[in-house]
Amino acid sequence: MSFFSITRATLEKDIRLEWRSKDAINSMLYFALLVVVIFSHSFSPTAEESRRIAGGLVWVAFLFAALVALNQTWARELRNQVLDAYRVSPAPATPLFLAKALGNFLFVIILEALMTPLFIIFYNLRAVGPTLQLVPIAFFGTWALVVNGTFFAAISLRTRNREIMLPLLLFPFSIPAMMGMVNATTAVLTGEYSARVWIAMLLAYDVVFTVAGLYLFESILDAE
Amino acid sequence: MKRGISTLAVLTSIMLCLALYFALAQPDWPFGTPTERTMGYVQRIFYYHVPSAWTAFLLFFINLGASIVYLARRSPKADIVALVSAEVGVVFCTVVLVTGPIWARPVWGIWWDADDIRLQSTLIMWLIYVSYLILRRVSTSSLTAVVAAVVAILGALLVPFVFFSIWFYRTQHPSPVIAHGGSLDPHMAFVLLFNWAAFLCLAGLVCWTRYRLEIAKREVEEAQALESLMETSR
Repeated sequence: MSFFSITRATLEKDIRLEWRSKDAINSMLYFALLVVVIFSHSFSPTAEESRRIAGGLVWVAFLFAALVALNQTWARELRNQVLDAYRVSPAPATPLFLAKALGNFLFVIILEALMTPLFIIFYNLRAVGPTLQLVPIAFFGTWALVVNGTFFAAISLRTRNREIMLPLLLFPFSIPAMMGMVNATTAVLTGEYSARVWIAMLLAYDVVFTVAGLYLFESILDAE
Repeated sequence: MKRGISTLAVLTSIMLCLALYFALAQPDWPFGTPTERTMGYVQRIFYYHVPSAWTAFLLFFINLGASIVYLARRSPKADIVALVSAEVGVVFCTVVLVTGPIWARPVWGIWWDADDIRLQSTLIMWLIYVSYLILRRVSTSSLTAVVAAVVAILGALLVPFVFFSIWFYRTQHPSPVIAHGGSLDPHMAFVLLFNWAAFLCLAGLVCWTRYRLEIAKREVEEAQALESLMETSR
């Protein structure tokens, strides 16, 4: 089996399982709504101020929503020793990582797509700069969070406090990516400066950490 | 080995005492250091802040090297070197992050400058290595060393991005320039380097002792595991 067929098979399995059970997605959608409401009660800026800080608010909210999604990434694989079965099979570990990351990516993008209109409504947001740039920002930024999150979630599997270990590892690594996402979003919302360099930086970050993750995942999985 | 450590311990104590004296001595004392014109006496914390930073970064660099060696060769000694250098590096990095604001507040009026590249990158390195040490402690995997080495390598990959993101942010949002530069009086340069040498001796002493401690600890654990294995197989 080729790399991509294994990736596709694992991804399809995850999507099919999630679609049938709707385990995580319902609670996570509601969690996303609650996060937006809490933020809107904690920070109620004027329309002018909100354009400056909305970038930060939105991405912090997305980070916490992504954290909830990432925490249960590998949980399904632990039940019935699916992960052990995968490790014993001749399939390489790298497509498993990619499939998990892609699954998380789709999941978080859906969450973001649902949270964004809520933020626009609660904060009366209107972008002054080029709105189309928000698409690559969302894609590259989400991938930056998800690729590292999936990797560290796999590391956290064999630790005593699994849920807390993921954010402990993920947050320091996400700091440059968060700066990129927040500044790029603020650039688009306020229209005061160009987001292009930040988008390029996010892309570089994605490339470096995706390659590093793919290369090192085999070692992690064996250590699990 | 034992004599080596005792010699190093004596050398370290002598150098640290001398370093303390040189750093704090006023110019009218023998071998005193001039007090800085604008900043005053509080500037002397510089003699602890800067050498600690250099030592911490050196130790983190050693950790990176040991992690790479461990992943390539799986040698247990490399793993112990990685662990030891991370632990001592975090201590020195904590010193940097604590003495920095103490120095900055009376001199520049601010505790923390969010746009300062060195400050932020030091903080992020500290965060990564604290997470590294916590991972080592709570990991129940049989190959913790591999996982830790991977995290250290990823941390090294992160550093250029940290530098770039803060540097670029500053070009877009220029903040008031806080003068870091200025030439260094040769007397001060001597005290700075002497302090660094003393700190390196201290770091070496602590690392060496911790290394021997870790080897002993692992031997004890192996012996205990072997003993319980023998008992269960009986």
